[in-house]
Amino acid sequence: MATVAAVIASTHHPFYYRASTSAGADRPPFADEWVAKIEAFRQTLTRAEPDVLVMVGSDHFHQLWLDNMPQFLVGKAPFFDANWYNEEREFGLPKMRLAGEEELAGYLLREGLDAGFDLAFSNELRIDHSVTCPIITLRPQADLPVVPVYTNIFAPPMPRPERFVQLGRAIRQMVEAWPSDKRVAIIGTGHLSLELGGPRQFGPHGPDPEFDRQAVAWIANGDVDGCLGEVTLDSLHAPGNATHGFMDFMLMMGAAGDGIKADYTDTLDLFHTMEAYFTWYPQGALS
Amino acid sequence: MSKYLLNKFLYTVDRDPELVERYRQDPAGMVDWWEREVASTVLNCTVAEKSTWLAFTEDERRALREHDHVALFGMGAHPFLTLTLFIAMFERDHGPLEYQRAYAKAMEHIRLPYPDIAT
Repeated sequence: MATVAAVIASTHHPFYYRASTSAGADRPPFADEWVAKIEAFRQTLTRAEPDVLVMVGSDHFHQLWLDNMPQFLVGKAPFFDANWYNEEREFGLPKMRLAGEEELAGYLLREGLDAGFDLAFSNELRIDHSVTCPIITLRPQADLPVVPVYTNIFAPPMPRPERFVQLGRAIRQMVEAWPSDKRVAIIGTGHLSLELGGPRQFGPHGPDPEFDRQAVAWIANGDVDGCLGEVTLDSLHAPGNATHGFMDFMLMMGAAGDGIKADYTDTLDLFHTMEAYFTWYPQGALS
Repeated sequence: MSKYLLNKFLYTVDRDPELVERYRQDPAGMVDWWEREVASTVLNCTVAEKSTWLAFTEDERRALREHDHVALFGMGAHPFLTLTLFIAMFERDHGPLEYQRAYAKAMEHIRLPYPDIAT
């Protein structure tokens, strides 16, 4: 059976690439600290020696659109082209191409359907920064095959938070049951409090620092029950109008396991958002 | 209210560099052309298989023609789509983050709950 080498949850800040590659007057004052934190976070994946990456993210109205919107979708293709014109335009993100792991994608689809998750699939998926940002931060050589798993955190009606946790638990169980000797890292990215296109956007920090503090504690402590006890589709409007992206963190809490504390936790209070980075080692902490 | 069609406008324009420039330079002409030629196209179908029922209200046309992002927010257009497109059109005229902050400032009177964006 496959080994879950690491479970990793992270914010995906599209400005990291530009901040980390800029120099001179263009380099923002927070860039050096941000890069140092990302390089330390990257080591938590490198140490796990993964062969395959399951990448949980959310399409930002790039390929998935309101005429045909899946709630959960698995990408099954030999390759995934990545990043879009408007991400190059706004964030300076480069065009990329990642290899796919079709056997695991097919396994997740079959087993997921049989477990009661009506997963959509795509055989030609151009992925966006919700997947490429963690590749850039955690595996910039982009040399490992991936299985993208997209969730709808963007276009109501959305699944409830409980469903995200359930899918995270199922992904963990399915990867562990995959008949393979591969080492799989399950990586997912979302947001803490976030406002986009509303009056609270682009402030000196995330729109709701108290939510961010509580959210980091839930994740770091694996406090699934505490989180589910307070977070609903309605409650997520209050911390910021794009905070439903937190449900991808909740999916990753399901993948990490109820009550399982993260082996690595770090945060960075940036303008506009709080960044947060978590790693679990299901096989025990690596030296 | 045709939130779906507002979103379709923002989505199809934002992903096309030529349309972004046309919307910046000639919003009234661009909106008229888009509603006539693009609005009824089903995006993953051949051009002949058009929808037959999509149209803006006059308020929606006005908000789009006037680049009125505050009105679009009030109508429940998806805020991410509006923001992304408007940054593409207007960030270039401002210093770093200046446009994004002015965009928020223009909405500072808006309180929770925000308009429903469900389509």
